[in-house]
Amino acid sequence: MSGYIYPNEVELQWGLLIVLYPYITGLVAGAFILASLERVFKVREVEPTYRLSLLTALAFLLVAPLPLLAHLGHPERSFEIFLTPNLRSAMAMFGFVYAWYLMVVLLLEIWFDYRRDLVRWARQATGVRRWMYYLLTLGATDLSPRSLRFDDTAGRVITLIGIPSAFLLHGYVGFIFGSVKANPWWSSVLIPIVFLFSAIVSGIALVLVLYVFSTLARSKPIDMICLDKLASFLLYALILDFSLEMLDFIHRLYEAEESIGILSELVSTRLFLSLVVMQVLLGTLLPMVVLFMVSPAFGSRGLVPASDELRRLIYFGSAIMIQIGIFSTRWNVVIGGQLFSKSLRGLTVYKLELLGLEGFFASAALLLTPLVILYVLIRILPPWGEPAAPAAPLPESP
Amino acid sequence: MEYRRDMEPPQPDADGVDRREFIRKACAAGPVLLVMAKEAAAQPDQDGGYDPTEHYYGMAVDVEKCIGCGSCVDACRVENDVPQEHFRTWVERYIIQEDGEAVVESPNGGASGFSDIAAEGNLRAFFVPKLCNHCANPPCVQVCPVGATFTSPDGVVLVDAEYCIGCRYCIQACPYGARFLHPETHVAEKCTFCYHRVGRGLAPACVEVCPTGARVFGELRQRNSPLARFMRFSHVQVLKSHLNTEPKVYYASLDREVT
Repeated sequence: MSGYIYPNEVELQWGLLIVLYPYITGLVAGAFILASLERVFKVREVEPTYRLSLLTALAFLLVAPLPLLAHLGHPERSFEIFLTPNLRSAMAMFGFVYAWYLMVVLLLEIWFDYRRDLVRWARQATGVRRWMYYLLTLGATDLSPRSLRFDDTAGRVITLIGIPSAFLLHGYVGFIFGSVKANPWWSSVLIPIVFLFSAIVSGIALVLVLYVFSTLARSKPIDMICLDKLASFLLYALILDFSLEMLDFIHRLYEAEESIGILSELVSTRLFLSLVVMQVLLGTLLPMVVLFMVSPAFGSRGLVPASDELRRLIYFGSAIMIQIGIFSTRWNVVIGGQLFSKSLRGLTVYKLELLGLEGFFASAALLLTPLVILYVLIRILPPWGEPAAPAAPLPESP
Repeated sequence: MEYRRDMEPPQPDADGVDRREFIRKACAAGPVLLVMAKEAAAQPDQDGGYDPTEHYYGMAVDVEKCIGCGSCVDACRVENDVPQEHFRTWVERYIIQEDGEAVVESPNGGASGFSDIAAEGNLRAFFVPKLCNHCANPPCVQVCPVGATFTSPDGVVLVDAEYCIGCRYCIQACPYGARFLHPETHVAEKCTFCYHRVGRGLAPACVEVCPTGARVFGELRQRNSPLARFMRFSHVQVLKSHLNTEPKVYYASLDREVT
């Protein structure tokens, strides 16, 4: 602690759990937007990651409310947000935005996309699996060309609705912070947009890592055209994201409002490691430069020729660095915004506990949960497409 | 005492249980409170019910009168069972040094007073009592996702402890650091202007115990009230006026250093 902080500010209100919340929802929105690249914008190269992106989005979305719930003083009252929402509160909208995105967008899109396979699997499998797949079809087992066309159209329409919804989901999370006028670190009209683009960056990076990892784990060849495309999009998103962050930074510096003194001190002391080193240097600039050099983002090949093997390694490493960078970004927003006093006269510290609900291990477990869910989802709904591709159209069942 | 969004306004109690409870607490607070409590107990209750729509409360703080004794912080803690290391009200000391720099402190919220300061190197010092500003445009009420924090018709910002989900968004939204999460009940807490007393025609505990009358509490819209009179004859301002929260705690003789 340095300088003066209000006596009630000794205790930090939002800890690591609340850092996870924008981080996880960002991954959801980003993964979904990657999926929509293929579906709506017809970027065929990233097709191998389409279903993986959707399942990743679903796995993380299922976990997204858990850190919030765990953080509430009275989680048993959380349903009041649905029953008696205060319509003037940004936070009250969370339940509705979340439900809309989960029910109307993700689950529906996944269902329409998988329905054809679900029917096939239901016919091929035996025992419990057969019933499980049959249940998942919801009884819609018609595989006529007409109904398959409908699946496709419905999927495309939902994705079209899904893109603004994904923007809404994460832009909204940004708004929760950006609309707090009491906090000069948060209060910025740019925050929802910065959140959005960092979400896209983190989503693409995550799916890239998962794609490489899962393909290697299955001993399958990695589709380098797909990976190059992913890396290119990652770079575009990273450049946009960084430009917006810089705009925010320069805008603050140039306006130099009354909070500039304490915020400068915050950045140069408490947040130096997590913001300057982790977020900007290692999490943004380094991957940006590396991807710029080797990915074919601006031409048919990268500036520096690199073998498939090397590019794969560089993409993978960059995506990991970007994940660390984006996590740091969330940390710097959530924790950073509470490290200075609203008296603008002093800085406080955040002591991360190891045990307990607010502790490190609980958060680490929460962060691993979506990966476990994703594993289960992948077992039930293989996203690889390989078995489906060679299969000839099955004879229609009566 | 808890405040509910749908509650009846506080009624003058017939059996005086709350008064006895108050006296019990007052004994713990010391003789000053005890005398004050006896006076309060000696006064008859108001006749009839309390109509919150007939009142609109505010407070003024005369910075020049505050001597930093911390009685208000103590009284508030006793009156409202404020948990240790959390504050519904606190007192800050500003020391303006010769180089113009301000040193601000509030050890234990000023409850135990302040240590002596050297005359050398310091130009002047003053004390500023702080509390919830009961803003007319309260950001805490705006952000509460379930509407557990609300403004009563008499202008007091309250928390429904049985409704609050403990998300702490209101604490983040308060520009004044006036809110905290109660460590045992896990709900947001703050100054209520001692609403349980005010409804009975009593002043908030901090106002009652202030030995110099630095805090003036009362009706904002009644021209003949002590508060309205004080505001007519003083140059008052509010904290962080640029945030447009429209505080109803007004400060006279406020230094520009106070944030």
